[in-house]
Amino acid sequence: MIKTRRFVLVLAALAATAALAGCGESDQVIVYQQGKYQGKPDARPWDSAPGADGTYTTSKWNKGDKSSWESALRSRSLSQNEYARIGD
Amino acid sequence: MARMKFLCDAERCIECNGCVTACKQENEVPWGVNRRRVVTLNDGVPGERSISVACMHCSDAPCMAVCPVDCFYRTEEGVVLHDKDLCIGCGYCFYACPFGAPQFPQAGAFGMRGKMDKCTFCAGGPEADHSAAEFEKYGSNRLAQGKLPACVEMCSTKALLGGDGDVVADIFRDRALKRGKGAEVWGWSTAYGKPDKPQQQAPKGAKS
Repeated sequence: MIKTRRFVLVLAALAATAALAGCGESDQVIVYQQGKYQGKPDARPWDSAPGADGTYTTSKWNKGDKSSWESALRSRSLSQNEYARIGD
Repeated sequence: MARMKFLCDAERCIECNGCVTACKQENEVPWGVNRRRVVTLNDGVPGERSISVACMHCSDAPCMAVCPVDCFYRTEEGVVLHDKDLCIGCGYCFYACPFGAPQFPQAGAFGMRGKMDKCTFCAGGPEADHSAAEFEKYGSNRLAQGKLPACVEMCSTKALLGGDGDVVADIFRDRALKRGKGAEVWGWSTAYGKPDKPQQQAPKGAKS
């Protein structure tokens, strides 16, 4: 009788362990949306102030202002044209 | 604006590999990974041509289309980037890319294929700008410093142009018109045709 009860108790403990095994498990995967970027958001380049990382730069723009960053980069890009730099 | 592009002028590239070295140095790219490389056609034969190749930051990027975990994104300024925390290193993007841009470092035991690495247009990645994590995973963020990619600024002959697509096309067009050749490499409209103006005629007697 005692043996049977012990057996039932052990069986119940095992069953409970098996049943509750998944309860502490957190999600390992992200909530997936087909065709959508799933990663972390990225900051935009004009959100940094010029020289924010301590490096020297000649480009000047207002922090957070996209158009001023674009014009700064445009003027830097135009310097690649040596015809414009040194004349024809 | 906001469509960042590279354009390599094959008439000017002298295969010095300065762009490759600049990229390696700027981003501390690991051994065995080449975000940029110089390809030479007809090497040693008169008329050989070289071109510097990296990720072209496609407007309709095939790598984005095939990625099974959707780790790619395109920034507002048209740069194609990816989140290395999501990348599973499957290599689909490598097969999809027509330029061979995605690179895979050998990481871990038995030379296992690591997470994909590619040219970022020196725009860093999805970590805080100028942070150590961003530099370690993606390299330098020169766009946030108001600078162009290191390869572009290092190019001694200015064969490799970079920046907003319209600006780059204007520079190339000006150059092709002045020297009278080279337009056939990248297309008539890139060299001669402004979208808002009627197409100009090619100079007479121009040869490539």
